[in-house]
Amino acid sequence: MKPEELEVKAAAELAKQEAFDARLICCSSTGCQSSGAAAIIDGLKAELKARQLDAKVQVCGTGCMGLCSKGPLVRMTSKSQTEILFSDIKPEMAAAVVDQVVVPVLGGAKIERPGGNLERHSLDLSEPFFTMQHRVVLENNGRTDPEKIEDYLAHGGYQGLRKAIAMSAEEVCKEILNAGLRGRGGAGFPTGLKWDITRKIQSDVKYVICNGDEGDPGAFMDRSVLEGDPHAVIEGMLIAARAMNATNGVFYIRAEYPLAVERIEKALRQARTAGLVGKNILDSGWAFDFEIRLGAGAFVCGEETALIASVEGKRGTPRPRPPFPAVKGLWDQPTCVNNVETLANVPRILLRGAEWFSSRGTEKSKGTKVFALTGKIKNNGLVEVPMGITLREIVETIGGGTGTDRKIKAIQTGGPSGGMIPEHQFDTPVSYEHLQQLGSMMGSGGLIVIDDHDSVVELARFYLDFCVDESCGKCAPCRIGGTQMLRLLDRIVKGDGTEEDIKNIRTVAKAMQKASLCALGQTAPNPTLSAIRHFEPEFRERLKETAATA
Amino acid sequence: MSTPNEATMAVKAAAPKAPPAPKDEITVIAQKWKKKRGSLIMALHDLQGRLGFVPRESAMKLGRAMDVPLARIYEVVTFYNYFKLEAPGKYIISVCTGTACHIKGSAELLAGLEKELNVHEGESTPDKEYHLQGVRCLGCCGLAPLASVNGKVYGKLNTAESHYVIERIQVDKPMVNAPEEAAE
Repeated sequence: MKPEELEVKAAAELAKQEAFDARLICCSSTGCQSSGAAAIIDGLKAELKARQLDAKVQVCGTGCMGLCSKGPLVRMTSKSQTEILFSDIKPEMAAAVVDQVVVPVLGGAKIERPGGNLERHSLDLSEPFFTMQHRVVLENNGRTDPEKIEDYLAHGGYQGLRKAIAMSAEEVCKEILNAGLRGRGGAGFPTGLKWDITRKIQSDVKYVICNGDEGDPGAFMDRSVLEGDPHAVIEGMLIAARAMNATNGVFYIRAEYPLAVERIEKALRQARTAGLVGKNILDSGWAFDFEIRLGAGAFVCGEETALIASVEGKRGTPRPRPPFPAVKGLWDQPTCVNNVETLANVPRILLRGAEWFSSRGTEKSKGTKVFALTGKIKNNGLVEVPMGITLREIVETIGGGTGTDRKIKAIQTGGPSGGMIPEHQFDTPVSYEHLQQLGSMMGSGGLIVIDDHDSVVELARFYLDFCVDESCGKCAPCRIGGTQMLRLLDRIVKGDGTEEDIKNIRTVAKAMQKASLCALGQTAPNPTLSAIRHFEPEFRERLKETAATA
Repeated sequence: MSTPNEATMAVKAAAPKAPPAPKDEITVIAQKWKKKRGSLIMALHDLQGRLGFVPRESAMKLGRAMDVPLARIYEVVTFYNYFKLEAPGKYIISVCTGTACHIKGSAELLAGLEKELNVHEGESTPDKEYHLQGVRCLGCCGLAPLASVNGKVYGKLNTAESHYVIERIQVDKPMVNAPEEAAE
């Protein structure tokens, strides 16, 4: 495809969409699929067809719209009315949706359906959950059909790539560096710098890998992006490849995410047909293609050297760095591993410029961050907020608090590598630095809320148990340290612990942090340490001596 | 046991211009992936996708066909949680044990199902009808606590009503990993 054809295709698709009087967009990500999204789409289509309205109203699927606990969600946009978002729609409600909402919008008379009280299914879009979010990575979720490349093109798709092809590799790196984009996998390394380091290394073969092995239990940002906007990730990868003169791309995705894999496969096929992936991309003579590799359930594969070993078909064990993957990565060639969310930011930066991106956020943490809000919280789901927003705003205003009469006690960010943050520190702004100061980390974006009935000691044990189970066993500090620490913590959980055990946990933790080979072992003690730091009385309550005197 | 080298040499010798012999599934999988570097895990995914687990004989056959020592295959299969060495039951009940589900009582749900089916986590019922396992986060945290049965997700479960899951299985009969007969 020639670059100019992008606009032609986009305009054609837009015209097609505008020919419809209304659009019914149903969430079709894993969460809503399991609640019958496919049947809802089919039902709506059938009801419209029966009323001969299928030429006037378009029905399509879309990526995660955020409020997963109230799914399946159906969004209606039309020329004559402001948009409506319905929650908890069931397949059997299709007729009611058409007769009570769609028909009146088209100028017909409303027909009441028994049991179709849609008023209580209509969400208030002026709620902070909707108004306080800033969608960049998720901008197409709820708007485009992830299974149609035309829909992506109609919303500015592949225009960033077009710009990148017209720029030099160095300029692309600089643009990303100026934007201030940092790795969204958790560590926060400046993406532009990472690319530039890889760019400067001379080699005939260079790899770009998309890390879609979302292992943090309680997080689903990357799944939602892969499922909801696969073309954005592909475009991000292409731009990354352009910036580093890379020759091959690899998608590494968890096997537990079959829908994400399916959507990426489909999107790649469409992009290849359109001449956006493969030989002679956008008529520039440049060739680049992808392979898909599936993970197989190993948390440690989130670490880049372990991930590379896994792509090579081996056990996913990390190796010491240096050499860094930028020098010696996949098959000993220079390799750059980027997280899904990082890559999804890239096309938007190229399209709208570094300045636009860096206008949001704090001094050192720019842009937005997607969080998976879960646990004891009312508005369970996926949110995207500007960096610099406070934790309290996320949890209490957007999340709506616990939704019960219980009080929020703490949150955990960063999953098994992160830490607990007690309620009195919720006024901290969200940035890589601030969260680290609190003894936690940004992590990939899992944000778990616990209330005053939950035990932090047990949550700490849960995370440590996870890390011990997932330790690859290669280095002693992680393998032995983790097991010993878990034994000590177990004693406390069971009420057999002593003062000495708390002291020993700290000692073992220090050894693990300092001497482990990779981030898994280095960060495994974090949840426990932060729990002790903020909730020491709760640990002491469980000690043998305390129990004896009580 | 014939060495993998002998086997591959035989394959190589027979390869040029030979008419396509009737192939069984493992050979098809091996041929699909053999030429791609580092694709052992992908081949194993295909194998488990067809059979539901990785039987020892199939692993040996795959090894011979791909020229990979059996030890390498076991090294990989035993490292990753996803691969199974034993035949699971007909209905694989995977209770999510991710953090969000944990907070919402997945342990209670799992314990209830253990009691209901009279098996421990990781075991199958004697009639091989059900296999119960705790799994890592399935990424549907908004629906916590949840269980998936052969890939079908049952969300927002009441942890005290584990029987409900069994009832739903009997109604829905979700089948995904059904081992199919050899295609060719």
